[in-house]
Amino acid sequence: MAEVEETLKRIEAHKGVIGTIVVNAEGIPIRTNLDNSTAVQYAGLLRHLTMLARSTVRDIDPQNDLIVLRIRTKKYEIMVTPENGFLLIVIQNPCE
Amino acid sequence: MEIVHVYTKLRAEFGRQCLFSDRPAELLVDVLPDPSLGLQFIHKTPRDQALQACRDMSEHQVNTERFESDSCGINHVEGGWPKDVNPQEMEQTIRFRKKVEKDESYINSTLQLGSVMEHSIRQNNAVDIYQEYFEDEEEVEESQEPPSAKTINVFRDPNEVKRTVTCLSWHPDSGRKLAAAYSCLEFQKTSKDMNLDSYIWDVENPNRPEMTLKPTSPLVCLEYNPKDSHTLVGGSYNGQIAYWDTRRGSQPVELSSVEQSHRDPVYKIIWLQSKTGTDAFSASTDGQVLWWDVRKLSEPTERLVLDPGREGNLDRALGAISLEFESTMPTKFLVGTEQGVVVSCNRKAKTPAEKIVCTYDGHHGPVYALQRNPFFPKNFLTVGDWTARIWSEDIKESSIMWTKYQMSYLTDACWSPVRPSVFFTVKMDGVLDVWDILFKQNDPTLSLKVCDEALYSLRVQDNGRLVACGSQQGGATLLEICSGLSTLQKNEKSLLAAMFERETKREKILEARQREIRLKERSRSEQSREEEGGREEGEESPDQLIARAENDFYSVVETEMRRRREKEDEENQEKGVCEEKEVKDEAETSQ
Repeated sequence: MAEVEETLKRIEAHKGVIGTIVVNAEGIPIRTNLDNSTAVQYAGLLRHLTMLARSTVRDIDPQNDLIVLRIRTKKYEIMVTPENGFLLIVIQNPCE
Repeated sequence: MEIVHVYTKLRAEFGRQCLFSDRPAELLVDVLPDPSLGLQFIHKTPRDQALQACRDMSEHQVNTERFESDSCGINHVEGGWPKDVNPQEMEQTIRFRKKVEKDESYINSTLQLGSVMEHSIRQNNAVDIYQEYFEDEEEVEESQEPPSAKTINVFRDPNEVKRTVTCLSWHPDSGRKLAAAYSCLEFQKTSKDMNLDSYIWDVENPNRPEMTLKPTSPLVCLEYNPKDSHTLVGGSYNGQIAYWDTRRGSQPVELSSVEQSHRDPVYKIIWLQSKTGTDAFSASTDGQVLWWDVRKLSEPTERLVLDPGREGNLDRALGAISLEFESTMPTKFLVGTEQGVVVSCNRKAKTPAEKIVCTYDGHHGPVYALQRNPFFPKNFLTVGDWTARIWSEDIKESSIMWTKYQMSYLTDACWSPVRPSVFFTVKMDGVLDVWDILFKQNDPTLSLKVCDEALYSLRVQDNGRLVACGSQQGGATLLEICSGLSTLQKNEKSLLAAMFERETKREKILEARQREIRLKERSRSEQSREEEGGREEGEESPDQLIARAENDFYSVVETEMRRRREKEDEENQEKGVCEEKEVKDEAETSQ
């Protein structure tokens, strides 16, 4: 329990990280440092995208699996890692 | 109605031969139309019926069951909450969340995810992968097309007896007119019927020359006055200089007197920069360089004898074949001689002895062409024997750059007026070579076979795109060079300057080294002479040297011939093998 806290705190402390969201299998944001409505929006939208990406990768090669899905936008970068039904979403602004 | 025809024959006449006879036409039956029959039929407009000998096919359309689709929007509200948790109530959601956080799988997953994510975050922070590296650089337009040149026009000598085009000169203003000097330079080959005229051609009209110039002796060289585009000066085969004004007709306005002119054909004549614009100087193989004022051609204004001993002795003078004058350096000029030596002279020297400044010895045969680089006047190009050489004024021992020995004799060369690193050469096998020394130094960048006979003269027009070359049979060919070879490239001047500097330095260093070695040899030989009293060691007599040189030469030639023969044999063998295989295949297929 404490390790989880520590890990998440460490991630949030990295340079450029704007927000972190942990989503469970049902799409409910469990832990987040953004406001609720934003977190819910991210969770809902990214879940579908991640599932689609994952099935794409596995369609091409069934042995393969999705590790990280990065979406680089103009303003920042969204990184999603799926595992075991849970999703970890991090929004980072990589400084140049 | 029954239509019947009865044919009767007596039995006794069976077997008798048939005797046919003509009879007039006899109406047997006449069936008239019966309108009452028409009532049994229905009148129909003409119909077209198409027939085709193919399978019968039919077309049938079927509508599948309707698939009903409906567009509707979905409102995302907080979902996924289990039934007992009300998303609006903070307490319940917090409690639920806490419960999930205690879940085993949640903890494991989050830890795993954490490490993966950290890696990605660190990656992002390390390098910005979308960084624009070459934002400020302009687009480098590289012309990928290979260099090319195409022939635009050929101006042929209209006379029966063909003469060589020995010199070409472009009209100074527009480059629309080309003056060509025709003469026969081969020893004693001039026939009596040979026409003496030279022509001025209009570039657009290759059928007829625009104007004829009628000298008293065939012209070997011809030049337009760069200041006054109506006047031309030409040097002729008998050594006289003639001056034309195109507005005044085909006859020369003035002709120099025979006694005061050259004694050999005038190989080159160039206009000088002067206030009056009427000065020219000419060179000939009789060893003299004469200066003229074209208003008064009865005698030259100045005379210079190309005697390397600097004594003005005509007997020992070198015959001049080419001349070079650059308007940026009006007092200096270069003369190329028949002996392969290039002489640099200063016109404004006080005494005749000082007029000849220095000599550059490099070619084995006459220096047929000589030109300074228009962008780097300190470097000049010479062509003679089978090579083209580039020299720097400071290095007198050898040229700084040279081409390898070509297969045939080079007869003329000139720099491109637009690109400092491009020059053109023409050869005796009718090939025009375009050399770009920044691009390739061993071979010409572009090699074109212009005609089957030898090419004797070459001139590039001032825009750098049009090149005229003259052949032995009197045909002057006009070519257009592709834009890649006639537009100035970026940094070309600086790169070429660096190249020339490098080569000059190399030669200087080599020269210095040679001098050192020679000094050492000399001092050592002096020492040894003192010690051992003049024993000749290691010095071969001239005969031995000659024999050794001969042996070397023959062995090199033989190895080359052997190599070529071996290559041919290999090719023949391969061909033989292929032929055998073909024959075998044919035999197999025929079986």
